[in-house]
Amino acid sequence: MAIAEQATQGSSDKSWHGIVLQTLKRNEISLIPYVPDRVLTPLIKNLHADPFFTTFATAREEEAVGIVSGAWMAGRRGAVLMQTSGFATLANVLASLAVPYQIPLIMFVSERGTLGEFNYGQSLVCRTMRPVLDSLALEHHTITRLDELEFIADRSIKQAVTTQAPVALILNPLLTGGKVFDK
Amino acid sequence: MSSNMNTRNTKVMNRFDVTSRLIGKLKHEEAVIGGIGNTNFDLWAAGHRPQNFYMLGSMGLAFPIALGVALAQPNRRVFALEGDGSLLMQLGSLATIATLAPRNLTMVVMDNGVYQITGAQPTPAAAVADIVAIAVASGLKSSTWAADEEDFERLIDQSMSASGPTLIGVRIDDKPGVGTTRRDPVQIRERFMHGMGVREPL
Repeated sequence: MAIAEQATQGSSDKSWHGIVLQTLKRNEISLIPYVPDRVLTPLIKNLHADPFFTTFATAREEEAVGIVSGAWMAGRRGAVLMQTSGFATLANVLASLAVPYQIPLIMFVSERGTLGEFNYGQSLVCRTMRPVLDSLALEHHTITRLDELEFIADRSIKQAVTTQAPVALILNPLLTGGKVFDK
Repeated sequence: MSSNMNTRNTKVMNRFDVTSRLIGKLKHEEAVIGGIGNTNFDLWAAGHRPQNFYMLGSMGLAFPIALGVALAQPNRRVFALEGDGSLLMQLGSLATIATLAPRNLTMVVMDNGVYQITGAQPTPAAAVADIVAIAVASGLKSSTWAADEEDFERLIDQSMSASGPTLIGVRIDDKPGVGTTRRDPVQIRERFMHGMGVREPL
């Protein structure tokens, strides 16, 4: 199935970011506000290049959550891209908008703070992420393997929509390569 | 056209009165997003419509939520009502909106210079900052203080045929909202989705 299919597609489609882009498209998720992250750069670049998507930066992550929440209620699907430290700014909007209003907020979080982090603050903020998600009983998956990415992302998006509940898909350095100390 | 009027030349109006004037003008199932607290209390008091969305938290997100609605339904006029204290939490959203430039979005800032609902403490901006000037500098060129109620109505009418987003600053008194929104987020969201025509009731 997936292996044979992927062999016939362009090389970018077999990358983690190619799979995320195709999965978003297949699920008709076209509105992509983000706060950038180094690891997310190829995904953001390809989303900008694809006219199917409306891709744009916001000043804060909670602003992006507000935008996709409004869009969902008016019939257009979106997803928010961010980094771990950006997720850490979201407890209020998750608890006062996404969860109580039952909005299928789809979040892709590039995980920093683990597996070779060089910034102590990033490693600390990372430790707040899963406790916040768990405290609200939010669905979340940490994706570490390329061969599991499409299944987890596709199923999680469909579950978010059908159960009207947020989901966080955490893109681990084992999947993306992460960000390494270079200067 | 941009206009950066001195707020001292504007009349001090009333949030419920101004909100009622806006609602009275709506004939085409326009969406209205009410910010946290008094802003949505007065929207509720002005008469519930299925096209109204009431925030019960997430302070500062009325404009971003309205932007999402506007991007999803470019043929529907979308209004957003926000307090000055709330907007101060998301000033960056003004630049985002200016960049995306949806022509169907009208933003109203109710500016009393205080956090009325928590005890009328002055905002950090109250004595020194001009919200409309901030909006203009954020790229929202059609940002104007309403001089009085008639001017507010004129600016609302004008915004409905504008080629880009409009922001209207309204200087208001420090009165509390006259109603209290029924705090049922799921029903608010579901009714709003019916009002937006994306869902049918069960």
